[in-house]
Amino acid sequence: MSKYEKNTAPDVKWQDITLAADVFEGGTSAAIETGDWRTIKPVIDWDKCKQCLLCAPACPDMSIPVMADGKRGDFDYFFCKGCGICANACPFGAITMVK
Amino acid sequence: MAYNLKENLMQGDRLSGGHRFCAGCGSPIAIRTVLRALNPEDQAVICSATGCAEVSTFIYPYTAWKDSFIHNAFENAGATMSGVETAYRALKKRGKIDETYKFIAFGGDGGTYDIGFQSLSGAMERGHDMVYVCYDNEAYMNTGIQRSSSTPMFADTTTTPQGKVVPGKQQNKKDLTKIMVAHGIPYVAQSTFISNFKDLSEKAHKAIYTPGAAFLNVMAPCPRGWRYPSEKMMEVTKAAVETCVWPLYEVIEGKYTINYRPKEKKPVEEYLKMQGRFAHMFKPGNEWMIETVQKHIDAKWEDLQNLAEIK
Ligand SMILES: Cc1ncc(C[n+]2csc(CCOP(=O)(O)OP(=O)(O)O)c2C)c(N)n1
Ligand code: SF4
Ligand code: SF4
Ligand code: SF4
Ligand SMILES: [Mg+2]
Repeated sequence: MSKYEKNTAPDVKWQDITLAADVFEGGTSAAIETGDWRTIKPVIDWDKCKQCLLCAPACPDMSIPVMADGKRGDFDYFFCKGCGICANACPFGAITMVK
Repeated sequence: MAYNLKENLMQGDRLSGGHRFCAGCGSPIAIRTVLRALNPEDQAVICSATGCAEVSTFIYPYTAWKDSFIHNAFENAGATMSGVETAYRALKKRGKIDETYKFIAFGGDGGTYDIGFQSLSGAMERGHDMVYVCYDNEAYMNTGIQRSSSTPMFADTTTTPQGKVVPGKQQNKKDLTKIMVAHGIPYVAQSTFISNFKDLSEKAHKAIYTPGAAFLNVMAPCPRGWRYPSEKMMEVTKAAVETCVWPLYEVIEGKYTINYRPKEKKPVEEYLKMQGRFAHMFKPGNEWMIETVQKHIDAKWEDLQNLAEIK
């Protein structure tokens, strides 16, 4: 995050936040771990995965990365909230939701 | 260029993880797909009407948007974006900006069909070179599932609770897509999430790159408000399309095209039965509700097919 990052702890004074609460850099929510919301998690069976990529665009949390070689990588558990959409979207049963 | 899922995904996303939409929410899926339709070299200015999208993506000092984003009120996303687009055109004319910028406003159904409607209508009528995207989850979800003019008939919401006296919402869903067509703008489309996302991706690309005002209405289910298990998202949107509850179509310069015609139109029950908000419709004695919805959907589908035949 940029030098403009501001403290928003409950005791912060209004003088110490940015003017008009401006945010000076894009995509900074990447610092927030939402994976700790998860109660169940997706796991992939690479033997069953055919790299059709149908799971990837259906993820609400950008947690199925598609790499430079055009193949999907493992789940990004830092963000994945365990909704299960990917498991249902996979036509090959390669994704299982586990406790 | 022909749509290719792999290439589309390899560009990466312009919405970042760490946003606070509920698990399984449809809105970020709509947003990230629309943003991937931007040419990677183009800049974008985005705003959102207050609603789940705005409060989940823009919690100070964090933003999930990699592009410039303007936090505005509930009722004025259309006005905000038309002002920015006008300023850009003025600066461009004076040679003060070199890059290409695109302008996208997002709004929930409450912010679009209801309170932001006049602002949207004005922006479209003035023909600003922008896209307005409604992520339609058919109620005011962020404040606790209140009905909107987009909520379908009989849906159980906190302001249209179903019971012995009232059967849920008593009015039909407003047909906003057709109202936007009536504005005479060059591009209007309706879409949702289907298999490889070709439909939504192509429509978003056309909406962004058609000069002038464009409107995109995207069904974006809310597992909380619709009361279905979050993993069923893609089944719910598929059923909406296969039953013709939410047909996929686009209107280019006034000409209607249906992008997908189900081989065999499924009965509306197939869609309704997946969702808790319609559960009361399946109680004995309430068959008339399902019949009423079926008749309405049949008439709308017939009407759409007639419009698509007009040369
Ligand atoms: C003028 C005004 N009235 C009421 C509110 C409170 N409010 C915030 S979000 C919201 C509901 C938004 O519904 P919708 O546009 O459908 O988006 P969703 O939350 O469903 O994504 C309401 C009523 C507000 N922010 N401003
Ligand atoms: S479980 Fe949900 S959030 Fe996690 S990777 Fe699958 S679709 Fe994404
Ligand atoms: S949908 Fe299934 S088979 Fe296709 S890429 Fe994803 S995990 Fe692999
Ligand atoms: S309430 Fe519904 S629309 Fe809002 S974030 Fe949760 S799932 Fe999404
Ligand atoms: Mg809504």
